[in-house]
Amino acid sequence: MNTTVVAQLQRQFQDYIVSLYQQGFLDSQFSELRKLQDEGSPDFVSEVVSLFFDDCSKLINTMSRSLEQPDNVDFKQLDSGVHQLKGSSSSVGARRVKNVCISFKECCDVQNREGCLRCLQQVDYEYKMLKTKLQDLFNLEQQILQAGGTIPQVDIN
Amino acid sequence: MAVGEVMRMEIPAGGDLTVTTPELHVLAVDDSIVDRKVIERLLRISSCKVTTVESGTRALQYLGLDGGKGASNLKEVNLIVTDYSMPGLTGYDLLKKIKESSAFREVPVVIMSSENILPRIEECLKEGAEEFLLKPVKLADVKRIKQLIMRNEAEECKTLSHSNKRKLQEDCDTSSSSSSHDDSSVNDTPSSKRMKSESENLSSLF
Repeated sequence: MNTTVVAQLQRQFQDYIVSLYQQGFLDSQFSELRKLQDEGSPDFVSEVVSLFFDDCSKLINTMSRSLEQPDNVDFKQLDSGVHQLKGSSSSVGARRVKNVCISFKECCDVQNREGCLRCLQQVDYEYKMLKTKLQDLFNLEQQILQAGGTIPQVDIN
Repeated sequence: MAVGEVMRMEIPAGGDLTVTTPELHVLAVDDSIVDRKVIERLLRISSCKVTTVESGTRALQYLGLDGGKGASNLKEVNLIVTDYSMPGLTGYDLLKKIKESSAFREVPVVIMSSENILPRIEECLKEGAEEFLLKPVKLADVKRIKQLIMRNEAEECKTLSHSNKRKLQEDCDTSSSSSSHDDSSVNDTPSSKRMKSESENLSSLF
């Protein structure tokens, strides 16, 4: 095991994950999930976020259809979709996605179709952005493990 | 075992005689696949056996409370954790049905919700919910719930064994006054049998 390479990768990982918290992509719930990962369940976090991203995709499709007809928007269904998205984003620590959902809900409450369309676009952007970021993070994890190192515990509190 | 027979225990080679408490079996109900995965992991990591279902209706089916065929196959569940906001039967509806059932009314029910709505919390607690957890649920929440449940079960064990002890005392007092008559079965029953019947009584509660 090349300890210098491992140390470098660990440093990179640490800096990257801290930046994700600092830039508001992730909140403390994500670190709660990391606590649940161990040798017995080494892919727990990536599995959960994968389910989350699938959920996002599905809900965004449904909500997009609800918003299609300008004079026939099903705000009730929309609200239900936003509620679900807000819930799951909160459960994985996807902070920016969750925050867009809060605005989205406000637009639903006042039946603001334009506002909802903007929020939908934003939520789509945010989840895809997070997906890319986390993929990079998981790649770093893999590189560390392949180099024979262990993934650092990062305390963001 | 006959009276007076000594109970021998086989100590495994290696000598580790640890008594493990049986695992709690938790039924987790949530319509969100993400939340189901998280709560399942939280519970497993806390050494619980977990069954997850996606709705109140499926929960009732699992418990055999839906009036269908499942009614004859009562499951043993030590704790039910359910989301509040679900399509169809809400967590509150499910709580009510559980508390109305004779088979499961003693099973503690914990409600989870992403919304901190005081009337909702009060309503659930009034209906008999053990606790109300605010989502997102953390490991500390699950650990606390588990401790609460285990403590409640230990209290019940103590109460049961105290009431048995008292009975034994009473029987001893009555039988010592009479001459040769061997009184109640309690005196004859070896302690191992008595312990077994206590735990049988306990499990029939769930």
